[in-house]
Amino acid sequence: MLRYLAGRLLRAILTIFLVITFAFFVLHLSGDPAMMILSADAPPESIKAFREAWGLDRPLWQQFLAYLFHALQGDLGNSMRDGRPAIQLVLERVPATLAITVPAFALKLLIGIPAGIYAALHRNSLADRLTMMVSVAGFTVPSFVLALVLVLVFSVQLGWLPSAGSDSATSAILPIVTLGAAGAAILARFTRSAMLEVLGQPYIRAASAKGLQWRKVVVEHALPNAAIPTTTIVGFMVGTLIAGAVVVETVFAWPGIGRLLVSSVSNRDLAVVQAILLLVAATMVTSNIIVDVLYGWLDPRLRRGGSRGR
Amino acid sequence: MTALLEVSNLSRIYDVRRGAWPFGRLAALHAVDGVSFDLAAGRTLGLVGESGCGKTTTAKLVLGLVPATGGEVRIGGESLPAAGTPAWRALRRRMQMVYQDPLGALDRRLSVGRQVMEPLAIHDIGNPADRREKALAMLDAVGLAPHHFDRFPHELSGGQRQRIVLARALMLDPQLLVCDEPISALDVSIQAQVVNLLLALQQKLGLAYLFISHDLRMVRQVSHQVAVMYLGRIVEQGDPDRLFAAPAHPYTQALVSAIPTHARAKRQRVVLPGEPPNPVDRPAGCAFHPRCRHAVARCRVETPELRSLADGRRAACHLAEQIA
Amino acid sequence: MAASHADPGAIKRFFEAWPPLTLVALAWIATMVIVAFGADLFAPYSFTALDLRARLSPPVFMGGKWAHPLGSDELGRDVLSRLIMSIRLSLLIAFFGTLIAAAFGTAMGFIAAHFRGKVEALILMLIDFQASVPFLIVALAVLAFFGNNLVLFVMLMGLNSWERYARIARGLTLSANEQGYAAAVRQLGASNFRVYGLHVLPNIASTLIVSMTITFPETILLESGLSFLGLGVQPPLTSLGNMVGYGREYLTRAPWIMLSPAAVIVLSTLSISIVGDWLRDRLDPTLR
Repeated sequence: MLRYLAGRLLRAILTIFLVITFAFFVLHLSGDPAMMILSADAPPESIKAFREAWGLDRPLWQQFLAYLFHALQGDLGNSMRDGRPAIQLVLERVPATLAITVPAFALKLLIGIPAGIYAALHRNSLADRLTMMVSVAGFTVPSFVLALVLVLVFSVQLGWLPSAGSDSATSAILPIVTLGAAGAAILARFTRSAMLEVLGQPYIRAASAKGLQWRKVVVEHALPNAAIPTTTIVGFMVGTLIAGAVVVETVFAWPGIGRLLVSSVSNRDLAVVQAILLLVAATMVTSNIIVDVLYGWLDPRLRRGGSRGR
Repeated sequence: MTALLEVSNLSRIYDVRRGAWPFGRLAALHAVDGVSFDLAAGRTLGLVGESGCGKTTTAKLVLGLVPATGGEVRIGGESLPAAGTPAWRALRRRMQMVYQDPLGALDRRLSVGRQVMEPLAIHDIGNPADRREKALAMLDAVGLAPHHFDRFPHELSGGQRQRIVLARALMLDPQLLVCDEPISALDVSIQAQVVNLLLALQQKLGLAYLFISHDLRMVRQVSHQVAVMYLGRIVEQGDPDRLFAAPAHPYTQALVSAIPTHARAKRQRVVLPGEPPNPVDRPAGCAFHPRCRHAVARCRVETPELRSLADGRRAACHLAEQIA
Repeated sequence: MAASHADPGAIKRFFEAWPPLTLVALAWIATMVIVAFGADLFAPYSFTALDLRARLSPPVFMGGKWAHPLGSDELGRDVLSRLIMSIRLSLLIAFFGTLIAAAFGTAMGFIAAHFRGKVEALILMLIDFQASVPFLIVALAVLAFFGNNLVLFVMLMGLNSWERYARIARGLTLSANEQGYAAAVRQLGASNFRVYGLHVLPNIASTLIVSMTITFPETILLESGLSFLGLGVQPPLTSLGNMVGYGREYLTRAPWIMLSPAAVIVLSTLSISIVGDWLRDRLDPTLR
């Protein structure tokens, strides 16, 4: 098990390294980094100072090392807008994003998984078919459409909820629901098929043939086994949450990282874009490791350790 | 006269890493270790042993699919070219392989007739009409009817599929056929038919077979010579009848005693203790000594050579004369 | 009399092979394709034509006039015409994006399976990387750095989901190579070109095609998302996401501006998913 985790940790480090390399090359391929980060009408002295600080006149591999060094410390330059360090700007916005993504994540889990399990256990029933039909919306309706429709219904027509901003507690409701809904639908679908696959296995039939109560069969045999592939998908959902946050925050004018990313891209505030990219990569990598740890703990084949056979 | 196939001191070593990268020590896996034998045209050499003993690797080495780490393979006096080179591809016309899984060895999407014609297409022999004729003739030779030509692999039975694989292998008129467990995947009743077909073709076309199997009775039936492998080395080699009647090597004795038999006089069943060790952890000296009830001190230290015994058989055991 | 009645069994069999939902989905897709191809013919107006006197007029079924059947936007541009042009552009982008992703991904999968060793390890690492960071973020980063032109954008869409194809191609090629038909044909003396082109590719084609029916809607969603944010297709070009983005400001006064492109997005992705499921059942029942 330790070997398995060590391998995963290595892979995580490699991914971060790859992301930093990617950012570095994209930065250099797209133009003069100094001009791009400082903006075209910065005074020549500050451009020169920047070049020296970042070693832009030195050979490429040295620049890369300097970049790596800076990046690992969190120093990615200052935002074009207000001159503050980009990383600071980004970290300031994290709580706002967490305020909607964490509840959305919980929503996905609390609705999606039980719905999927229920659908699997009552296959081909009305509930099952209904769940399946609704869940299709998860990957056909884009989040911005859902957001706008929800605003249209709940803000405009019914006037129950505010359509934008972050002043009151109720203004978080629509963003959370939008973020969570699509994921819940996909999770329901996936949980259902994982459960169905497990339920079709011979050992389930054997367990109930032994005379075990059906509920026990489900709880002690089916669920733990279905949990394994579901964990992987849940890890994957973190990525889609982040991507979803970008759109949702923009639609609802929610002051989080997603909105910051969009505005930084429009303004080509590259320092901030890099900072966000690295933060997202770090988050994804961390969540993958957590998923891997959970996976290793859940799957006894991995717990015992590594190689098959002797 | 030189034998068709001459294998001398062939070995194949894989570098493996024990444990996950980058941790773990490097070790050497001797999949095949110093194997030598000759095969004359029109004769059959049966290669037996348990899974993991190196039979399939030997087959791949003989065909040149895997490069050897040591030793040499010579076909008709010439050594084997490297895999993938045009010389190697040209050599395909002299040596072919028949596989264990006939369904896997065939492309699901093409008719069997097209696949039988394919070797001719690859080597640019004849025009499409000629190829079709030759394919039909070959189908007949392996006991299939012309209407099978347009069938698809999944529409045929296991035995028929294996005949198709055989037909395809024979299209280029090879002199050597390496059969890797050709009948294990077939029903017992079909196995006999396919084996008879192989024997008939050998008579008719003068084919040499390297017949690899774990089924001892089958091997005894078809082979002119049998070689028993254990952990990458040949431990006994000789005439099949003599080898099975009175095996010289302790391992062969155990194998032979395990063959189910109708004989009234119950044969003394030799049960081997332990399990076949991991090929990476080969015991020093004679690889078999941990499980051998005759083992003496010498066996732990000195690796026995494959040497000739009085009756022409060869065995790799220090105590062969005493035990037999 | 048997001759004058249609055989009820035949109709039932027909609908088993072609479920009604799939037929509807196929019909929708066909309509979209025809509209995309004949956009210039179908659009009643140019998509940039202004009609300032008919600004924000509602669609016909909400009390408007036939001059603008689906309504008009804040500059008096005809929503229907813009919708038609948007369909064309969005479908084109998604189509080429999917093709690029499939071609690139499959090639990478082949290379990984064929060469193994370090090459394979590198490609696996790239696949991992692609699968772990949400592509929207990567796309935004690239757009930030390189600015936005249509060719770059399409290529970016082509990088969406390539790893899915690479994984499939690699997996299937590995099993074909190990003990399967690819090894057998290579053993007969076939060149690599023949092995991959004539044997492996046709055999994995159906799986790849099913994957394309998943990637295509994803690409539509990705492109429309980016365009919605104003970072994708730029004006004067119009795409489905674009239109929804503009319609957002007039959500209260003129919801039809965003509703028709939104509906088209949803119906199109839905149709392709339905057709994809059906194709998968038909082509390879073992895949479920």
